[in-house]
Amino acid sequence: MISQIFILSSKGDHLIYKDFRGEAGKDAVTVFYEKVTALTGDQPPVVMSHKELHFVHIRQGGLYWVVTTTADSSPFTLVEFLNRLTTLIKDYCGSLSEKSVRMNFALIYELLDEVVDNGYIQTTSTDILKNFIQTEAVTSKPFSLFDLSNVGLFGAETQQSKVAPSAAATRPIMSTRGDQGGKSEIFVDVVERMSVVIGSNGVLMKVDVEGEIRVKCYMPSCLEMRIGLNEEFSIGKSQLRGYGAAVRVDECSFHQAVKLDEFDQHRILKVCPSQGEHVVMQYLLSDELPSAPPFRLFPTIERDNGGRLLMYLKLRCDLPPKSSAINVSVTVPVPKGSLSLSQELSSPDQKAELRPETRAVHWDIPRFPGGAQLSALFKLEVPGLSSASMMEVGPVGLSFELPKYTCTGLQIRFLRLTPVQPGSSQRWVRYVTHSDSYTIRI
Amino acid sequence: MPYLGGEETVKELRRALSNPHVQGDPLRHRSTVLRVIRVMSQGVDVAGLFSEMVKACATTDVVQKKLVYVFLCSYASLNPELSLLVINTLRKDCQDPNPMVRSLALRNMTNLRLPSLVEYVQQPLTAALRDRAACVRRVAVLGWAKLHSLQPHADIDAAVVNELYSMLRDNDPVVMVNCLRALEEILKEEGGVAVNKAIAHHLLNRLKECDVWGQCEVLGVLQRYRPHSEEELFDILSLLDPCLLSPSVPVMAATLALFLSLCRRGLPAVSLAALRRAQGPLLAACGSASPEMKFTALCHVQLLLRSLPGLMGEHYKRFFCGYAEPAYIKQRKMQVLVELVNDDNVGFVLDELRGYCTDVSPDTAQAAISAIGRIGRSYSDQCLEILTGLLGLKQEHITSVVVQTMRDLVWVCPQCSESVCEALEGCEDTLQDSQGRQALLWLLGVHGDRVSSAPYVLEAFVEQVRSEMAAGVKTELLTATMRVFLCRPAETQDTLGRLLHYCIEEEADMNVRDQALLYYRLLHCGIEETRSVLQGRRSDPSLGVLIGRPAEPVSQWASSFNTLEPLRQCNAGAESAPQAAPYHLALDPEPSLDLCDPLNPSQDREETAAAAESVNLLLPDPSAGPPAPGSGGGQLGLSLSPALSPQQFEHLWLGGSQGPHGEPGVGEEEEEEEGCVCVQERMGVPPALQRSPPPQLQAALQRSHIQTMAFTPPHTLPWRVYLYTHTRWGGPAPRGGPTLVLGELLYTGGGAEGPEGEGEGGERGLRVTAKQRPRDDEAMKGFLRVLSGALHTSSTGSC
Repeated sequence: MISQIFILSSKGDHLIYKDFRGEAGKDAVTVFYEKVTALTGDQPPVVMSHKELHFVHIRQGGLYWVVTTTADSSPFTLVEFLNRLTTLIKDYCGSLSEKSVRMNFALIYELLDEVVDNGYIQTTSTDILKNFIQTEAVTSKPFSLFDLSNVGLFGAETQQSKVAPSAAATRPIMSTRGDQGGKSEIFVDVVERMSVVIGSNGVLMKVDVEGEIRVKCYMPSCLEMRIGLNEEFSIGKSQLRGYGAAVRVDECSFHQAVKLDEFDQHRILKVCPSQGEHVVMQYLLSDELPSAPPFRLFPTIERDNGGRLLMYLKLRCDLPPKSSAINVSVTVPVPKGSLSLSQELSSPDQKAELRPETRAVHWDIPRFPGGAQLSALFKLEVPGLSSASMMEVGPVGLSFELPKYTCTGLQIRFLRLTPVQPGSSQRWVRYVTHSDSYTIRI
Repeated sequence: MPYLGGEETVKELRRALSNPHVQGDPLRHRSTVLRVIRVMSQGVDVAGLFSEMVKACATTDVVQKKLVYVFLCSYASLNPELSLLVINTLRKDCQDPNPMVRSLALRNMTNLRLPSLVEYVQQPLTAALRDRAACVRRVAVLGWAKLHSLQPHADIDAAVVNELYSMLRDNDPVVMVNCLRALEEILKEEGGVAVNKAIAHHLLNRLKECDVWGQCEVLGVLQRYRPHSEEELFDILSLLDPCLLSPSVPVMAATLALFLSLCRRGLPAVSLAALRRAQGPLLAACGSASPEMKFTALCHVQLLLRSLPGLMGEHYKRFFCGYAEPAYIKQRKMQVLVELVNDDNVGFVLDELRGYCTDVSPDTAQAAISAIGRIGRSYSDQCLEILTGLLGLKQEHITSVVVQTMRDLVWVCPQCSESVCEALEGCEDTLQDSQGRQALLWLLGVHGDRVSSAPYVLEAFVEQVRSEMAAGVKTELLTATMRVFLCRPAETQDTLGRLLHYCIEEEADMNVRDQALLYYRLLHCGIEETRSVLQGRRSDPSLGVLIGRPAEPVSQWASSFNTLEPLRQCNAGAESAPQAAPYHLALDPEPSLDLCDPLNPSQDREETAAAAESVNLLLPDPSAGPPAPGSGGGQLGLSLSPALSPQQFEHLWLGGSQGPHGEPGVGEEEEEEEGCVCVQERMGVPPALQRSPPPQLQAALQRSHIQTMAFTPPHTLPWRVYLYTHTRWGGPAPRGGPTLVLGELLYTGGGAEGPEGEGEGGERGLRVTAKQRPRDDEAMKGFLRVLSGALHTSSTGSC
């Protein structure tokens, strides 16, 4: 049971406030913001209580999304609902930011009115909601810095080998105006997040790949879509089918609406996509990778006679030559009290800096082609450097994106829509792998 | 948030709203209304525009209507009279051919929350219950719940309730679920919807039609249903089984909660099987992309682990922290990791935890070090190596936490003290905070004989005592100096003298001064007295070795599953530690994450005081004269010394009298095997025993000089306590030699609920098993008398 829902900016401005049951006053917003900003680092923020009122919140798009409740509700439901609400608002407003929420507050009030009644969740399905929602989304100009950062994030491959405009997937699902309005498009994204720990001897200690197939549909009517996965796709450890390019995952789950009658035979998922974004399939691969982990690090770390710390880092990208990693950022924790950094990097587009607040050297590589090897030499001035301080160096964390690449090797063979859509429909398939956490011990 | 120029804005908006040109142009009119709402959500008080907005409500533009309703619902309570004007428009809209307009009007009519309007609302609501469109019925059903909450004391209209019950069979699943919700609210006084067999089965059959939110709601209501037969129960369980593996986490959690509540009576094995089955989805949720979902799942994993320790042991890598994760997730993951440690993975887990110890966030580093300390209770060598290595970093916050962790570790694992004492050298310069220094002082005091530099470190502390701010550090310093003085008098005498002088003459804090005076007078009583008071135990013998980690029955926490409760526990460390390990003495410096217990020094005092008491009982008390001979010709005394270690206790208890292992203190008794006696006795269970928290009971026992070795956690069944004491006859004519009594208290509760009822059936009571060596029946009787007295004092709460 939800008592209130409100959305706050990171600075505490009230963006949206809706009271469903009249149980708590509007001052709850202020109380929440005071509480959440007063938290110390080790206090879990998700659930907070003030007298009889419980606040459950998530952070998305730099905003606080808060529900309050007086009853002891299920935290799973509340958190999942908030997550779903953010996706819904993203679908309707195009993107998720303070600006888009401010501009579309009327639309959001309308959505909230339909989604929750008397504190009970009514529906979050775009199929039902589209009959009720009348307000049109206001979008900011398509050219913004936020969109620029998306360029090249997804390398799109289609039959026409055209590249989807980066802003294409960040427009509202219900726009009838504008240059892109009414275009019937469908995006199928395979997104994988990998978390890896590599030991100091180069042995893969832990690897988990969590993947999902997301469908973002802009088609007003689409009866059925068939998504063909690799034919050699297998689930679980026992089903080893032959050799070669088998794609294996450990666990796999599907959205309720997915029909699996052709899955066992032909690895085909059948969905009737509703407008907006949905995750049709989630899968998990743990403890092994079909190919080598994308990055290996060869560090040499020593003290020189002048009490300086020398770090010579050689980073190798083990992706296939035609793929490449982008926005690679290497974080090397360094001893406390490190003063200054001198660096030798192999190319001018790379950057490195010492950030005292995170006590680490950040080395940014905008683009890193597969098979390449980069090296960097850092010299750090650390007063009172002792041999024990060397323990503070590492473990190294990497964050990166691998466009057009999936670690598990999952591919989409085809994407068929029935009935065949008239002329203007476009289908996009995009792959990307993110680093959830990629740690290399030294 | 105050909005500057609010009044001007309101004036300007009012002008615009009443401008006939604006009113004539639908687009301009709508955008003006939009501006009002925008200003409103920024926090400006726009109540003054109420009458203008009421007028704006009469429009055919649905978007504008919706906007005006947002406004009206926020301000209606301030203007009940004006709101009456809206009702007409709303009632007209309820007749609109468009179902969307009908549902909109109905919803907002009920959202105005004005008791004065109820009479106008009832008629359209009744009509709407039979509307053709499902969306109107959905609103209407909840509308009745809203009306009820407006007049909570009004009589419930039986006709409406019946109508709602019959609408549970509505075609639309959302209407069905809304009926449930409305009935739950209206019938709250009577305990909610009456879930009989017909309704339960109807709901179960239609579960598939609902969306995830509806399913959660239905599953929640079904928790109140009690199947009539075991067969029916298992039918329901097998029907719900697929939902346990649902990809939607809320549904999975709601199903599991329902399983636990259905199996609450008598089917613990089924609950455990359900938990095992749900671990997959729960693990997947722990790896969710949303940190909040991750956190929720982690908290519930901790619950599961209480009943199934070591579950997910092979998945320990899933709980490794990502380097960009927020600190609160990392801490939870570490707490889970500690629970999952076993012989196979301990090396990997420690390797991983070591990496977090140098984390840039002090909270994370602290949590990692404490986690290593907790693992150290089982794997002390590996952990001490890491902890000692961390001291080498010479970083303030790390050293402080490491020293505190070592103190906790030494307290529970006396075998670590050797290596800890070696590691302590030289770390006093790095310590800055009072918690860390207190821990160091405690260690120096208790193990001063083994740390060669102890007197000199203390001397340095005493020199700076004037600038010391924390009273806790000063009391700790006093105790430590006293203790070191006892074992190394020549090196410490001067330091102690100066410290006592300062504390008695100059100290402003009364506590510190009192303690100094106490020590001063104690020294006058003689060195032996002092020694017996100050040299209490160096470690807590009640360690988890004896019972291992007992699995709690699921019923302990089943009611808090899938509620906010597990997420709310802020003192995270306290949650996992004592519940996992058998409850041990309150004297234990709590190994919580926030080591902020300023009680430590006072606990020490308690301890020493207790020791003093026990001494007084044994030594002839000079003030009280010779003890009066009791009726039996001698008084039975119990004493705590010599202390038994858990291993010794276990050895003796399990009847391991195969041969003396040269254990000091008990060696002689062990040879007299034939003198050993085992007695079982039943005692009336004090009514409040179940509720009386162990520390209280423990205090009561300790006052009677009965030492508790180990407890099962409170509120578990069967509940047991292991204890021991030494009996000694006082008086001029001892009637027998000293004996050692070991005892076990076992409380099985109601019998039916205890999974291992020990064959006692429904018999209630507390069973005492006591072993005595050498045999002395009189002493045994005396012991049982004292024990039963102690139990009753503890339960009457006199302490």
